[in-house]
Amino acid sequence: MKFLKAPLLTLLILSVVGLVFDFALDAYFQLILLYALVNCLLSMSLNLVNGYTGQFSLGHAGFMAIGAYFAAYANTKWDILPPALNALEFFIYCTGAGLFAAVAGLLVGLPSLRLKGDYLAIVTLGFGEIIRVTLLNMDFLGGPRGYSNIPGFSSFLFSFIFACVWLTICFFTIWRVMHSTYGRGFLSVREDEIAAEAMGINTTRMKVRAFVLSSFFAGVAGALFAHFTKFISPSSFTFLQSVNVVIMVVLGGMGSMTGSIVAAFIITILPEALRPLQDLTGVDLRMVIYSLSLILVMILRPKGLFGDQEITAVWRKYARRNS
Amino acid sequence: MSSVLLNVENLEVFYGSIHALKGLNFTVNTGEVVSLIGANGAGKTTTLRAISGLVPVRGKIEFSGKDLVSVPTHQRVSLGIAQSPEGRGVFPQMSILENLEMGAYSRSDKAQIKTDLEMCFDLFPRLKERLQQMAGTLSGGEQQMLAISRALMCKPKMLLLDEPSLGLAPLIVAQIFEIVKKLNNEGMTILLVEQNARMALKISHRAYVLETGRIVMADSAQNLLSNDEVRKSYLGI
Repeated sequence: MKFLKAPLLTLLILSVVGLVFDFALDAYFQLILLYALVNCLLSMSLNLVNGYTGQFSLGHAGFMAIGAYFAAYANTKWDILPPALNALEFFIYCTGAGLFAAVAGLLVGLPSLRLKGDYLAIVTLGFGEIIRVTLLNMDFLGGPRGYSNIPGFSSFLFSFIFACVWLTICFFTIWRVMHSTYGRGFLSVREDEIAAEAMGINTTRMKVRAFVLSSFFAGVAGALFAHFTKFISPSSFTFLQSVNVVIMVVLGGMGSMTGSIVAAFIITILPEALRPLQDLTGVDLRMVIYSLSLILVMILRPKGLFGDQEITAVWRKYARRNS
Repeated sequence: MSSVLLNVENLEVFYGSIHALKGLNFTVNTGEVVSLIGANGAGKTTTLRAISGLVPVRGKIEFSGKDLVSVPTHQRVSLGIAQSPEGRGVFPQMSILENLEMGAYSRSDKAQIKTDLEMCFDLFPRLKERLQQMAGTLSGGEQQMLAISRALMCKPKMLLLDEPSLGLAPLIVAQIFEIVKKLNNEGMTILLVEQNARMALKISHRAYVLETGRIVMADSAQNLLSNDEVRKSYLGI
């Protein structure tokens, strides 16, 4: 059980942090925080494909939508466990949402991952749009009116811990995978596909594996999103949402897990944190500052905040330079 | 005469509408060094890529009696074909050790991998000094050494070397060829593609001369070195 030590410790610390937030923040900031956690899941999972495996997927919102709608539908229509085990039921539906999205990832990935670069981006983009338009036309899921009355979690603390459980699972799963033989395979595809193939690596299969794992966590993120907002509609999962996740991955640094997490927090919180500025000046400068700061980061740190390193390595370098 | 390891018949490759290889026939015997020489665009690299399975082909490729054409690329490595690709193709963001371990990706015999690793360090002591260095920061010659070692880590029966002298200083080229020769003395079968015809012919047993997708000459390396036409067109004498 030694391998469970780090994840459990992380979860414990996050729970304490959640308890602090429960008292320290008002409901508005608490909701933003929950969105930030969802975005963390999305960016970490996309980082697996765009960062580590070097493919360019633009359809993450599509997988998120699949997960969100599955969890919403399951939670309103089905009742498999007694109310006392509500948390477990949520967990099962989230897993189901992830699996559903993973199957979709497999179906999309198998034919399209033979493509490279821009072409793959276009195919995944098209897939995301297909999902959205299909949902628009599915009447039993609400169509354009959206899906409302999704049961949510009773308290902020519970939501926070529930999201952190998934965050921990996601982080350590991807971390372990990237430090295993599979991870080396993913990296080699990014580094030099022809050489990887000449080394006996089935590059298409590697890409599909990364893609499927990534869509699983995107589906889970969608399920969490559905429970936190209690209302979803196809317009929550537009192309813009996919681009947003790509921005997080690029900003954090392609191939840096902690970078993805930090970037997800920045991107979610920054527009909200700039709101008081609007009251002060009377004009909406939010998006101007937001985009300017993105441009600045890319000029000053062209490889993203952490490049392809983790926060610990970046910090060590920084400390050494200052001593 | 030793046994035939690789037998290629009527090999054809198309890049779109371009007919890159127009029916090649050649063989490589066990324990030989065979060179493919020729000018730019003759189809040398394409031939290697066809054998590794990196391009779709028409024709027959037989490796130790087994037809390769229907075998997917990644399985050819386990059959015993390893390629050191043109332009070296090391994984720049991985360390030397990780690069070498990638070479053994399709193997699971840990103890044997370790002895092979030691063998690579014996061949190229330079690599051992810099195990944790990123491959992208190595010099061209060191990258070439790494690419060859990585191919050796596949434990191949036949080594495909694509332009090992590309962009290297003459002294380093001589060093690399010395090692290729040494590998062959230890029993490795090598198919070598080279622009540097003189160097290639010196260490080869036999050679094929390619011109625009066809084999125009096939002979022992000795004879080709003294052949007037070859001397004029490829050796510049």
